[in-house]
Amino acid sequence: MDNLELKKTANEVRKGIVTAVYNAKSGHPGGSLSAADIYTYLYFEELNIDPKNPRKADRDRFVLSKGHTAPGYYSTLANRGFFPVEDLKTLRHTGSYLQGHPNMNEIPGVDMSSGSLGQGISCAVGMALSAKLSGDDYRVYTLLGDGEIQEGQVWEAAMFAGHRKLDNLVVIVDNNGLQIDGNIEDVCSPYPIDKKFEAFNFHVINIDGHDFDQIRAAFNEARETKGMPTAIIAKTIKGKGVSFMENQAGWHGKAPNDEQYEIAMADLEKAGE
Amino acid sequence: MAEVKKIATRQSYGNALAEFGAEYDNLVVLDADLAGATQTCIFKKAFPERHIDCGIAECNMAGIAAGLATTGKIPFMSSFAMFAAGRAFEQVRNSIGYPHLNVKIGATHAGISVGEDGASHQCCEDVALMRTIPGMTVIVPSDDVEARAAVKAAIEMDGPCYLRFGRLAVPVINDNDDYKFEIGKGIVLREGKDVALIASGLEVAETLEAAEKLAADGIDAKVINIHTIKPLDEDLVVAAAKETGKVVTIEEHSVIGGLGSAVCDVLSEKCPTQVLKIGVNDTFGESGPAKELLKKYELDAEGIYKKVKAFMA
Repeated sequence: MDNLELKKTANEVRKGIVTAVYNAKSGHPGGSLSAADIYTYLYFEELNIDPKNPRKADRDRFVLSKGHTAPGYYSTLANRGFFPVEDLKTLRHTGSYLQGHPNMNEIPGVDMSSGSLGQGISCAVGMALSAKLSGDDYRVYTLLGDGEIQEGQVWEAAMFAGHRKLDNLVVIVDNNGLQIDGNIEDVCSPYPIDKKFEAFNFHVINIDGHDFDQIRAAFNEARETKGMPTAIIAKTIKGKGVSFMENQAGWHGKAPNDEQYEIAMADLEKAGE
Repeated sequence: MAEVKKIATRQSYGNALAEFGAEYDNLVVLDADLAGATQTCIFKKAFPERHIDCGIAECNMAGIAAGLATTGKIPFMSSFAMFAAGRAFEQVRNSIGYPHLNVKIGATHAGISVGEDGASHQCCEDVALMRTIPGMTVIVPSDDVEARAAVKAAIEMDGPCYLRFGRLAVPVINDNDDYKFEIGKGIVLREGKDVALIASGLEVAETLEAAEKLAADGIDAKVINIHTIKPLDEDLVVAAAKETGKVVTIEEHSVIGGLGSAVCDVLSEKCPTQVLKIGVNDTFGESGPAKELLKKYELDAEGIYKKVKAFMA
């Protein structure tokens, strides 16, 4: 896909996010929208996956460590053909397979259940370790929030991955700068994020997480990096693409009302033109 | 009387991992800087490439185990019960239990028989914690023979399984040709009509000894070894309650939430029976030689004998 196609696809992913959260009347649009370009690149360009055979043995794995941004994950999987886009409207509904946080046993394409912050990265590390033990060449990707990295387990996992030189592992940090209680710098600053991962023996790449040239270059660089895992620190805008949600911590975990939904979809329709 | 062979079930655990590691090349052992104490060092010596020391980071170890399990490995994550079930509880619950992954948790140094390390390391809450997780199998082997059988059964079953082992060398009581281990099936070790003594772990041997003392006083006790706390052998427990009318549970664990609670859960619904729960009575342990502590906390044969005698009076 060229950049224009990626942008259009990411816009469709964003529409799915807004639609899902609006219909659920709850959920997490802010961090889903900030990561929409990364999700899109991963599932439409980077990952070796097959929507018709979601469990194929040699597939690349993805673990959504920041599991609350499931709407972004689900919208991407649906747009990629793992399940019907129409089903996004059932997000969080009683009886729906689209649980509030990812459930690997019910959702096609989901490689690991997640939702409790700090845990997904460890599971991704376990998958990457498994490939090394067996001599398999699949790669493992995990997406973390910048607030999530306040969890100590993240650094236990980073220490292990660096120590074991897991160069088949890519950790992506969605650095949108906001968490539930406000600015990450005000709550409990994780900065400098890049220096921390470097200290844990990661190859670190800083990018603009909405620039597909930079996203593409970073994942290519990660592939070429041997002997150490890669961390991509993606600077993003929380709520990206929906005018009134951008850079607002209040849209971390809130659904739009009818009027807001109309405005949000109009924003995205316009962007898609 | 010939000297009874004694072996700690943590050693049985290490031996069994090394034994079955040869058969199952997808068996991977994880440890958190306690390979010598948990005895996974025996496996490490045989299969160094499949022994993963995670360092002192049990929560990460639980997640790594989960990740390994998604790719078809059979990971045994090993640490002290306090850290495997306690510190990493939420990781076990969310990363292993919720997705029902095929992770085996080998928890050693359970209960007050840890001894000198004291209360911070004497986990008497692990069975209670683990049995609340949906789909978690919980096994507390009573001796060397049973520990080996439990490891084998854990490998052969699919899904998460918590195995509880001890530090203290305990008598080998199941070394006979009739012995058969099946997950969820209790074992009647002694027939009796007056009271049913239901025990797990190292308390099985203590309870057998107590039953002999009771017999000398004219109390005919049935003794049952419940090695699987979950799923509990409800049929056997209910039948024993119906036969004897009185039930005593004995465990080296808090009386809150463990074997005693599991037995009461089933009896209160299916066969209301007076039950005496013998265990650690809502208290922390303390430092001291294991044998002395078992005596002090009345979890040795003598203590069990006295409590059952009073219960029957």
